[in-house]
Amino acid sequence: MSFDASASDWRYSVDRAALIQRLSAVLPAESLLVDEEDLRPYESDGLTAYRCLPSLVVLPADESQVRAVLRICHQFRAPVVPRGAATGLSGGATPHPDGVVVSLARLKKILRIDPLARTAVVQPGVRNLAVSEAAAPYGLYYAPDPSSQIACTIGGNVAENSGGVHCLKYGLTVHNVLRVRGLTSDGEEVEFGGGGLDAPGYDLLAVVIGSEGLLALITEITVRLTPKPLLAQVAIASFADVRRAGEAVAGIIAAGIVPAGLEMMDRKAIHAVEPYVNAGYDLDAEAILLCEADGTPDEVAEEIARVRTVLENSGASEVRVSVSEAERLRFWAGRKAAFPAVGRMTPDYLCMDGTIPRKRLADMLEAIEILSTKYGLRCANVFHAGDGNLHPLIMYDANRPGELDRAAAFGAEILELSVRFGGTITGEHGVGLEKVDLMAAQFGCGEIAAFHRLKAAFDEPGLFNPGKGVPTLARCREYILARAGTTSSILANR
Amino acid sequence: MDPLIAEWQERIRSAAAAGERLVLRGSGSKTFYGGMVSGTPLEVAAYRGIIAYEPTELVVTARAGTTLRDLAAVLAEKGQWLPCEPPHFGPSATVGGMLACGLSGPGRATAGAVRDFVLGVKLLTGNGEVLSFGGQVMKNVAGYDVPRLIAGSLGTLGLVLEVSMKVLPRPVAEKSIRLAVGEREALTWLNRWGGQPLPISASVWHQGVLTVRLSGAAAAVAAAQEKLAGEALDESEAAAFWWALREQTHDFFSGEAPLWRLSLPSVAGPQDLGTTLIEWGGAQRWLRGGDPATLRAAASAVGGHATLFRGDPALKAAIGVFQPLSAPLLRIHRRLKTAFDPHGVLNHGRLYPDF
Ligand SMILES: Cc1cc2nc3c(=O)[nH]c(=O)nc-3n(C[C@H](O)[C@H](O)[C@H](O)COP(=O)(O)OP(=O)(O)OC[C@H]3O[C@@H](n4cnc5c(N)ncnc54)[C@H](O)[C@@H]3O)c2cc1C
Repeated sequence: MSFDASASDWRYSVDRAALIQRLSAVLPAESLLVDEEDLRPYESDGLTAYRCLPSLVVLPADESQVRAVLRICHQFRAPVVPRGAATGLSGGATPHPDGVVVSLARLKKILRIDPLARTAVVQPGVRNLAVSEAAAPYGLYYAPDPSSQIACTIGGNVAENSGGVHCLKYGLTVHNVLRVRGLTSDGEEVEFGGGGLDAPGYDLLAVVIGSEGLLALITEITVRLTPKPLLAQVAIASFADVRRAGEAVAGIIAAGIVPAGLEMMDRKAIHAVEPYVNAGYDLDAEAILLCEADGTPDEVAEEIARVRTVLENSGASEVRVSVSEAERLRFWAGRKAAFPAVGRMTPDYLCMDGTIPRKRLADMLEAIEILSTKYGLRCANVFHAGDGNLHPLIMYDANRPGELDRAAAFGAEILELSVRFGGTITGEHGVGLEKVDLMAAQFGCGEIAAFHRLKAAFDEPGLFNPGKGVPTLARCREYILARAGTTSSILANR
Repeated sequence: MDPLIAEWQERIRSAAAAGERLVLRGSGSKTFYGGMVSGTPLEVAAYRGIIAYEPTELVVTARAGTTLRDLAAVLAEKGQWLPCEPPHFGPSATVGGMLACGLSGPGRATAGAVRDFVLGVKLLTGNGEVLSFGGQVMKNVAGYDVPRLIAGSLGTLGLVLEVSMKVLPRPVAEKSIRLAVGEREALTWLNRWGGQPLPISASVWHQGVLTVRLSGAAAAVAAAQEKLAGEALDESEAAAFWWALREQTHDFFSGEAPLWRLSLPSVAGPQDLGTTLIEWGGAQRWLRGGDPATLRAAASAVGGHATLFRGDPALKAAIGVFQPLSAPLLRIHRRLKTAFDPHGVLNHGRLYPDF
C-alpha cells in the first residue's frame, strides 16, 4: 500500500533543488540525505505495509539545527515528517513524497536527572528504556513501558501518548510528562506544561501529547520518575476458554484491585511466543492472564492472595505465581516478545489497536474468530486486558495478490466493531496514515472539522505530517456515505 | 436531541448572530474563580443525571449538571471515588463546573488532577454545534485530546454537556500522621519521601506542622506509618481536616485578604513571601496577600506560575488572575478560542481578559 489514498488530497509543489541548496547551508553534508539509496531506509516506519520515498531526510544534531530546518521548510511550504525510532505501528512516520523527514535520532542526550524532584529532562531521541536505566541508581524509573521500549524514543512516545503493560496503575505518557518544549512549523519556540504540576491557560501539554507530530516538533521533554516498588510478583493463570478469562478480568476490577499489570494472550499468541522465548506458558490453555501486584512485600502477598481467589473462582485451570525476580521477568518476556514472535510465523502481519469496554473482551474474541474464517487469515491476540486495549495480529503474505487488502479489510472490521462496542479505533498506536479514513467511523464531520481547526491553531500552513491523523472533510463524507446501510453481517449480529 | 440542549443551542446561535456574550453558570459555587466576565447569564445546571456507570469498567458518564455530591454518593455505593478529589466550594457544585475549572484537591500530587481522569466530553460549542470527543474507555488516542483541553478552560471553549471520567476503588486503609518540622526541612522530607515507594496520598505543611495522609493496602499503610513515625490522627479528625483543606474552610483560607496559589516545582525552597500553606508535596503553595508582581516573578523564577485564586474585582482587573502567557502560547490560545467559539460568545474574559 502506498501514500496515494490520502496523498492525492495533500500534494505540495516544492522546488527540491533550491530546498537542498538552502538546507545544505545550515547542515553538514552528512546530515542531509538526498540520494535514493540513502533515502530508502526511511521509506517506512513499523507499519511496513506503507512505504513512500521521502523527498529528503535531515539528521539535525541539536535544537538550533532543527529550528533552521523548520524555518527553511516553512519558507518552501515543504511538508515535515518528524521521526524518532520509527517503531510506530500506524504509519505516523511514513514519509511524505514531497516532504522532508526530520530524524531526531541524534538528539539523544539525557540532559538532567533530578532524583530529589523525581524528574528527568531528555532530548526527544532518547530511548524509553535509557531513561529508566539512567534513573535506576536513584531507585527510580520511567513508568510507561511500551513493549518496544528498547528501541522507541521518548519523542515518539509523547507524540503517540504511548502506553505499556503497566499503565492501568501508572498511567499513560500523558500522566507522566510534566513539560514539553518544541517548535511550531514556522520554527518558533513553544513550551507546554512547566516546572509545577500545571501551567496557566489551556492544557496545551495534554493536547500536544498524542498529537502524532501534527502540532509541534518536540525538542525536549521533562518526564516524571516513579520510585521502584520494593517488590513485584506476577500471577499467571490458564483458562480453558476465553470467555472465562474475560470474566476474570472484570472480576479482578470488581474486587477493588488495580493490578500493576493485567494482560491476556490467546492460544495462537501463546503458541507463537513459547517456542521463541520459553516463558513457561501453558500450551494447553485457550487463554492466559498475567496479573502483576507490586508494593511492599506484605502488600504484594495480600494482593496476590486476593487475585488468586478471583482467578480460581473465575474458573482458571491453573494459577502460578512468580517466585523470583528472574521468573517474573521471564513471564513478562513472553508477553513483551509477542509481536516479534508472531512475526516469525508469518511473512507479514498487521497489528490492530482498538480499545473496548472490558466486558466485551470475550465477544470481541469470538467475532475475531469468525472474521478470521471469513477473510481466510490467521489472527493471534494479545490484550492489555486491564484497559480493554486489544492487539489482534493479523497474519498475511504481502507477496500473495490481494492478501494485504484482505488483511486491511479484516482489521477495519475489528476497529469498526470496537467503536460499536463503545470503544475506539486506537488505544495507543495512533491514527497515523493507517486509520485516517476510519476516523469517520468514530467521529462525525463536525468533530473532524474541529480537529482541523485545532491543528491550524498550532500549524497554520499545515506542514507537519500532512495527510495523517485526521481525514479531509471530503473523505469523511465519502466514508459515511459508503458505509450507510452496508453494515457487514458480523456487525449486524452484535 | 434533548430539549434543554436544543434550547441552549438556539440561545447560543442567536447570541452569536447578535454579537451577544453569554456567561455560563452551573451552581455558582466557583463564580469567584477566574477573570472578570461580562454578558447575559445562562443557567446550565438543569441538565443532570448519571448516564452510565459500570463499576467493573471503572468509568462513569454524567450530565454536566449532576452535582458532585450525587456523583460521589453513587460511586461510594460501589466503593469507588474520584481520586483527584475535586473541591466542591458549595453544596450544589456540578460535574461541569469541576471540569471547566479543572481544580483538584489534596490527592492531586500522587493520584493526578481532574484532567488525568477525564476520558470523554460532549460539548456545545460557541458555534452551537454538539460535538463529542474522547470516549468511555481508558485508552483512546483517536483524534486530539479535546477532553483534557476542556479541563480548566473555564467555559471559554464550549458548554460542557456530558463528561466521562475514570474512577477508582477507594483505598482500603487510610491513616494520617502529624509531625512538627520547619518549612525548609518539611520540603526536603516530602521530596525525599516522594522518591521512595511510600503510600503518601496527601500532605500539607502549615505553621510548623506537617500532616501526611497514607492510603493504600493495610500492610503498606501500617509499614509507612511506622517508618515516618509521627503522631497519628484519629479517623474522624483526619477526615474533617482533609475535607477542610479541600473545601478551603480551614482557618488559613478565611478572611478577605487576596488568596494566591503558587504552582511550583516541589523542590523549590521556601519562598519567604508571607504566611504560607504548602500542599501537594511542595508543588502547591498558598499565600494570603503580597505584592502581585513579586509573587509572579518569584513563581516564574523557579519555573512555576502564580494565580490570584480569590481576590476582589478591582485587583483582578488590575493584574489579571492568571500568569501572563508567552507570545507564541497566547497566539495559540486565541486561535483555539476561535476554533471552538468563533464569535466569542462564551465566558469572555474568564481566563484571559481579551478572549
Ligand atoms: C514490537 C513493538 C511493540 C510495541 N509496543 C507498544 C506498546 O506496548 N505500547 C505502545 O503504546 N506502543 C507500542 N508500539 C508502538 C511504538 O513503539 C510507539 O508508538 C512509540 O512511541 C513510537 O516511538 P518512535 O520513537 O519509534 O516514534 P516513530 O515511529 O518514529 O514516530 C511516531 C510518531 O511520532 C512522531 N514523532 C516522533 N518523534 C517526534 C518528535 N520529536 N516531535 C514530534 N513528533 C514526533 C512521528 O512523526 C510519528 O507520527 C510497539 C511497536 C513495536 C514495533
